[in-house]
Amino acid sequence: MSPPSLLSLAIDATLLNLHNISDLSFLPEHVLSDLFLRTLKAGKLTERILKIFIATEKEEVISMIQALNIQLVMTPVLPTSKLMSQVSIDKNEVDIVIAAFHSDLTSFLEEWRPIFSGFHLIVVQDPDLKEELKIPKGFDIDVYTKLDIDKLISSSNASMFSGYACRYFGYLVSKRKYIISIDDDCSPAKDNNGDVADIVIQHITNLKTPATPIFFNTLYDPYRKGSDFVRGYPFSLRSGVPCVLSCGLWLNLADYDAPTQSLKPELRNSRYVDAVLTVPKYSMMPMSGINIAFDRETVGPAIFPALKLAKEGKVRWETMEDIWCGLVVKVVCDHLQLGVKTGIPYVWRNERGSAIDSLKKEWEGVKLMEEVVPFFQTLKLSQDAVTAEACVTEMVVAIKKEKGRSHPELANAADNMVEWVKIWKEVQSRVLV
Amino acid sequence: MASPVTPTPLLKDELDIVIPTIRNLDFLEMWRPFFQPYHLIIVQDGDPSKVIKVPQGFDYELYNRNDINKILGPKASCISFKDSACRCFGYMVSKKKYIFTIDDDCFVAKDPSGEDINALEQHIKNLLSPSTPYFFNTLYDPYREGADFVRGYPFSLREGVPTAVSHGLWLNIPDYDAPTQLVKPRERNTRFVDAVMTIPRGTLFPMCGMNLAFDRELIGPAMYFGLMGDGQPIGRYDDMWAGWCMKVICDHLGLGVKTGLPYIWHSKASNPFVNLKKEYKGIYWQEELIPFFQTTSLPKECTTVQSCYKELSKQVKAKLGKVDDYFNKLADAMLTWIEAWDELNPSTQLQNGK
Repeated sequence: MSPPSLLSLAIDATLLNLHNISDLSFLPEHVLSDLFLRTLKAGKLTERILKIFIATEKEEVISMIQALNIQLVMTPVLPTSKLMSQVSIDKNEVDIVIAAFHSDLTSFLEEWRPIFSGFHLIVVQDPDLKEELKIPKGFDIDVYTKLDIDKLISSSNASMFSGYACRYFGYLVSKRKYIISIDDDCSPAKDNNGDVADIVIQHITNLKTPATPIFFNTLYDPYRKGSDFVRGYPFSLRSGVPCVLSCGLWLNLADYDAPTQSLKPELRNSRYVDAVLTVPKYSMMPMSGINIAFDRETVGPAIFPALKLAKEGKVRWETMEDIWCGLVVKVVCDHLQLGVKTGIPYVWRNERGSAIDSLKKEWEGVKLMEEVVPFFQTLKLSQDAVTAEACVTEMVVAIKKEKGRSHPELANAADNMVEWVKIWKEVQSRVLV
Repeated sequence: MASPVTPTPLLKDELDIVIPTIRNLDFLEMWRPFFQPYHLIIVQDGDPSKVIKVPQGFDYELYNRNDINKILGPKASCISFKDSACRCFGYMVSKKKYIFTIDDDCFVAKDPSGEDINALEQHIKNLLSPSTPYFFNTLYDPYREGADFVRGYPFSLREGVPTAVSHGLWLNIPDYDAPTQLVKPRERNTRFVDAVMTIPRGTLFPMCGMNLAFDRELIGPAMYFGLMGDGQPIGRYDDMWAGWCMKVICDHLGLGVKTGLPYIWHSKASNPFVNLKKEYKGIYWQEELIPFFQTTSLPKECTTVQSCYKELSKQVKAKLGKVDDYFNKLADAMLTWIEAWDELNPSTQLQNGK
C-alpha cells in the first residue's frame, strides 16, 4: 500500500479546516473536484460550503452538483411563536388540502414551503385539468386525480367534485382530525410586525382553544395570550365550547363578490386586524372557502359541495358552495353547542380572473342569498339530532319542504347533501381507500 | 357599500361629553385638542362641598349631589351616590343628540404608527355610519374606508340600520373583573385591534362605560346606569346593567351597537380587593341575569324606548325579584328614571330608529 500523496494529504487538511475557509476559487479544477467528493463522503456538505463550491463556478464541480441533484433545502427555523407555548401541534393530526386548477404548482408550493414543510398535503386535481401536475420535491404529498374520484364516487355523483369543489374530495379521503384548506391563488401574508403569518399554527390554535358563542367578549378571543374575559362576562360561560371551524381572512384581494369588485376595482384590503373572535350563536355569516380549517371528525359531514350554480366557473366570484356550506355548518354548530371562529390567520390573495367577466354570467347566487339567509336564520333542529350527520339529514328535509319547489337548485343542493352524507359514511367505514 | 372618504363632521353643537368625577379634571389637559370644541357635562359624585377644578378654556356645566337633588326632587333616588353610575344624570340633563362619556383616568392612546388617537372622532364615525346586526360581515365594519361587504352578504341587508351605541376599548389596564385582576395583576392590553364591528342581533355583551358614545335621541332613556354604590349591595355593574337593557331594546327596535375602535389609554388600575367587595354579588347574580336578558322578549306594541324600558322593568320585577329584593328596588328605580327623563325631556317623544 503506497502512502498518501502530498496532494491527498493537503486535500484532507483542507477538509478538516473547511469551517475556516470562505473561498475556494483559487484551487485548480481537479483538486476542487476531489475536495468536493471527499466533502460529500465525510458528510460535511453544509449549505454554506455548498455555496462556496458553487461560487468557484468551476464546470466540473457544478455538473457534479447537478448530476447528484444536490439542492439547497429550505427548512428555516421559525421563531417559537408565543401561540405555540399554549397549543401543541401534532403534525399527524393535520392534513392540508389544496385544489389544483393549474398544472404547475411549483411557485405556489415553494412560497408555502416554510409553513407547509413537515405536514401532509393532499392535492386534488380539478377533473377538467388535463395536464399532469408539476410538484416540487421535498413535500409529503398525495395527489388525487379524476381517476381516483371516479374509482370512489359513482358517476352520477362525480360532478359534485368539479371545479372548486374538487377539494372536498380531499376532505373525504383524509384520515386526519384537522383539515386546513386554501385556494391556490393565495400566498403567505405578513402581520403588522412584518413576520410571516403561519396559517397552520394559527388555524390549529383557533381549533384547539375553546370558542365563546353564547356571550360576546369585547376583547375578542379570551384564550389568546395577553387577553382574557372582561368584567361582566359570566363565569359559568368561561370554559367555552369546542371550536370546530376556523375562518381566516385575506389581504390584498379580499373575498368580495363580483358586483363589489367590479364597482371598486382598486379596492384592496390592506388592514391586518390582529384578532380572532367567535361568531356569536344564532348569528349567520358568509364562510369563505379561500382560507379555512375545520375539525373533520366532528363537522366533516356538514362541509360539502352541495350548492352548484348553473353557470359556476373557475373563479371564486362564480361560486357559492362555500357560502352555502357555511350557513349549514353554523346552524349545525349552534345546535350542537360548537363554535366557529373568524379572523386571523390572513393569507395574501393574488389577482385572478376578471370581476366584470364574472358579472356578465348570470349570477343567480346573489338572488339566492336573499332566500337562503332568512331560511337558515329561522331553521330549528330537533333534540334528537346529536351528530353533524343527523343535523344535515334533518336540514335536508326542511330545505326540500320549504324551498324545494320554488328553487330547484336548492332541491338539488339538498340531494347533494344526502349523497355526501352517504359517501362520507361509506368512506369513513372503509379501512383502506 | 362603503361611504366615500369625507372629513368627519365635528358635531360640536350636537354632542355633549359627560364625565363623572370626584377629583380635579387635570386629565382634560391631554384631551384638550380633541375636547375643547365641545360642551362638557360634569357630574360630581361624592362630597358636594368639594370644589372640582376644571382646566381653563373648557365650556362646561357641573352638577353635584345638591344640584341633582334640587333638579329631580324625590326622583333623585334613582341616581346612584358614591359610584360613577351617577353619570347617567348627565345623559338626562343634556340637550344634545349625542353623548360621549369617558372616565377621568382615561387618556389619549397612540395607534401603532405612534399617532394620537382622536377617540371622539372615531365614535362619531361609528355613530354616523350604519350597523349590520342581521348578518356578520367577516371584514368587520363594511362602511369603513378600505372595507366592504364580503361575497355572500345579502344585498338586501347592505343598507344596515341606524347605530345607537359606539362602544370603545382600552389599552394598558384592561377592564377585568376583580378575580381576574387578582390572578393577573400585571396583564396589560397591548394589542391594538384595528376593527369596528356590529354586535349581532340577539347577542349580549359586557358594555363598559369608560369610553362610550351613543345617540341620545335613539336610545337615551335606556342608558340608565342602575342603583349602585352607597346604600346598595353592589357596585361596578352599572354599565353592565345598562348594556344588557340597551341591547335588548336595540335588538327589539332594529338599532345597531358597534364595538371596537376607538382605543383610549386606561391608566389607573383600581384596587382589586375593593372591587371584589363591590362586585361580589354581581358575579353570582349575573348567572341569573344573563339567561333573563337572553330570553326576555318585548311585545311589538312597544315601539318607543321608554315603553320598552318600562316593560323591561316589569319583567325585572316579575322574574328577578325572587333572586334578591334589590331587583324590586331596581325595577322601581327604572320607572323613576323614565319618569324623570320624560319630565326633563318633554318634547322628544323618542321613536324607534326605523
